[in-house]
Amino acid sequence: MQNLLAPGHRACAGCSMPTVIRLVLDAAGTNTIVVSPTSCLEVTTTPFPESAWVVPWIHSLFENASAVASGVEVMMKRQCKDTNVLVIGGDGSTFDIGMGSNSGMFERGHKVAYICYDNEAYMNTGVQRSGSTPFCAHTTTTPAGELSLGNPRPKKDMPAIALAHGVPYVATASVAYPVDLRKKVERALQTQGPSYIQVNAPCITGWTFDAGTTIEIARLAVETGLWPLFEYVNGELTEVKKIRRIKLVDEYLKVQGRYKHLYKMPGGAEILRSIQDIADKNIAMYKLVD
Amino acid sequence: MIKAGELVKPGSTQITKTGAWRTFAPAVEHNKCIKCSLCEIYCPESCIHQESGLFVPDLAYCKGCGICSHECPSKAIIMVLEEK
Repeated sequence: MQNLLAPGHRACAGCSMPTVIRLVLDAAGTNTIVVSPTSCLEVTTTPFPESAWVVPWIHSLFENASAVASGVEVMMKRQCKDTNVLVIGGDGSTFDIGMGSNSGMFERGHKVAYICYDNEAYMNTGVQRSGSTPFCAHTTTTPAGELSLGNPRPKKDMPAIALAHGVPYVATASVAYPVDLRKKVERALQTQGPSYIQVNAPCITGWTFDAGTTIEIARLAVETGLWPLFEYVNGELTEVKKIRRIKLVDEYLKVQGRYKHLYKMPGGAEILRSIQDIADKNIAMYKLVD
Repeated sequence: MIKAGELVKPGSTQITKTGAWRTFAPAVEHNKCIKCSLCEIYCPESCIHQESGLFVPDLAYCKGCGICSHECPSKAIIMVLEEK
């Protein structure tokens, strides 16, 4: 495995985001330019005057990574250079703040691979709720207490938004399935036009689980059906990762601190059933079980 | 320290030895290792590398998160409390 992210970056011990970047860069190779919006990634890998990146990397603002990447892509095309242009950003910039420029990049059809590492809240600034936060998860802006059972809204369906733009390659991946993730990045880079990959990346600080179990949590998300691994090429569902033995969402939820209120508070059991319903819906929709 | 007008060098975070964050250190039992390289793939610090066919963690950067130990299919990596 070629190492294109240097050690010494400041990500939390047990963070899955550096693993995601390493796998993505391993698939993309050295002929790559990476654009990043503001995120944990930006803050932890580039504490001035240091940089963990071995490939060219640029950050401008929270909301304009896709716009910057569009400009980079056009300029590389103008210079007749065949360089991979990647955006690697968190869910806050992808789902909420950078939504406008993402939409513009998708609609204009730039040949840019957008990789979103999805840790389901604004972890960098202290676990605030984002559009990606799943139903009834505890965050600091949707705290569980007497009047609330956590985030009241379901997770935004970003792959569907990308598909609605006619993005030719849309996929979900998980840090627990490195071979699948690498293959999807390679396919995204071969696509003529924009591509979007959403990677599940558990956050040890925000989700609060035992040290060392990061990858296991990501694997459980897939095995329970809450994070289906699929791939759409030109709007058609072409590949789904089948699950050999489906697990109950309980196994995934009970190991995370952000869901612990569901096991203590009245009304929690009902919520657990509705989260199981979300998983069952995914299982039926993507035919995850043979 | 960087001077005005200088460029930030690629991979320059290596000057910061994050190994100081660690409480538990991975200890590899090489006779149990099946060379699946999962520890190398999953390590967020990119600090596990191969040295003459053996997988060795670079303790200068290892933050002691324990992902390698938890994911090792042959339980060849154990986390030991480090006394400094």
